[in-house]
Amino acid sequence: MSAEMQSYLILVLVGFLPSEVWRWLGIVIGRGLDEQSEIILWVRGVATALIAGVVARIVFIPPGALASVPLTVRLAALAAGFLAFLFIRRSAFAGVVAGEAVLVAGALAFGP
Amino acid sequence: MPQQPAESPPHVSFQVFLDGIVAAVRSVFFYVLVGNYVGMGALAHEVGFSFGWMALCTLLIWAAPAQVILISTLNTAALFEVALAVTLSSLRFLPMVAAILPVMRRPGVRQRDLLLPMHVTAISVWVEGMRLLPLMPAERRVAFYNGLGVGLMSGAIIGGGVGYVLAARLPPVLAAALLFFTPMAILMSSARNSRTLLDGLSFALGLVVGPIVAAQKIGLDLMWTGLIAGTMAYAVHRIREALRGRKT
Repeated sequence: MSAEMQSYLILVLVGFLPSEVWRWLGIVIGRGLDEQSEIILWVRGVATALIAGVVARIVFIPPGALASVPLTVRLAALAAGFLAFLFIRRSAFAGVVAGEAVLVAGALAFGP
Repeated sequence: MPQQPAESPPHVSFQVFLDGIVAAVRSVFFYVLVGNYVGMGALAHEVGFSFGWMALCTLLIWAAPAQVILISTLNTAALFEVALAVTLSSLRFLPMVAAILPVMRRPGVRQRDLLLPMHVTAISVWVEGMRLLPLMPAERRVAFYNGLGVGLMSGAIIGGGVGYVLAARLPPVLAAALLFFTPMAILMSSARNSRTLLDGLSFALGLVVGPIVAAQKIGLDLMWTGLIAGTMAYAVHRIREALRGRKT
């Protein structure tokens, strides 16, 4: 098998199936599920915290070029984005722009 | 079985599907997604995957955190570890699908009609769907949600392709800025969508618990972060409900 074929096989086995299985289970288990039931509230809390964990992971263990930006700049950018969101009419756009601006400015000032 | 209500004619469904695509392009998520996937496409190029692999990765997985994990760890970690991290990062689809299904399910909607809506479910599509679907008649929701999903996914695939092509020419600072779109976009969508104490507290605790768990080097970081922070937030929610119940 060629390396190209192998990379597609890995994509399906290691990427697609482990991710997609939760969508299928959502259909099966979701049948007649009460959205306000206690177990659903708990699972929602776990899922939300897991997503926050992904954010923390990318900020603390960054991929590729992001690793060249100092950790303090990455943290400051995240905080600036959130503060901009809070104070500028809860605008996600303002938050993203502020976070990115701080990241780029910080990378240029303190980067390698 | 009683006779089911008549389905919308195909041309109406298609019109609603196009409305969904228009709503996708007008969503703030569309632009955040495109930026995010430009960064991810650049990463895929750096790591050595092919252009087609990156496009198929988005089409099949359609989950930014899972794709970031897959692309950035596939060359260094064991396949089992990668699969575990991917499955943990996508665990959120279970409650998300379970929460949006009742909005779309009605007599006359077959199980297989729900397969495409469930596959296109991602944070962006889900948030916009939960906001927009309740505003429209039930028989239009599946087609509209499919349009929303296909529209956002198309933006992501195109963004990934653009990033892949740009990768060679992208200065490191811009590449870092594009990669930073991922955490910023997740933070913004979660902050925008958190209406209850449980949502906000779970996210805030996850941000704090995540690095602490990672520093312990016990492995399975994301799973432990979710379980510990999520359970803590749920406990606070229960205590507050109990106190409120006592007052009234």
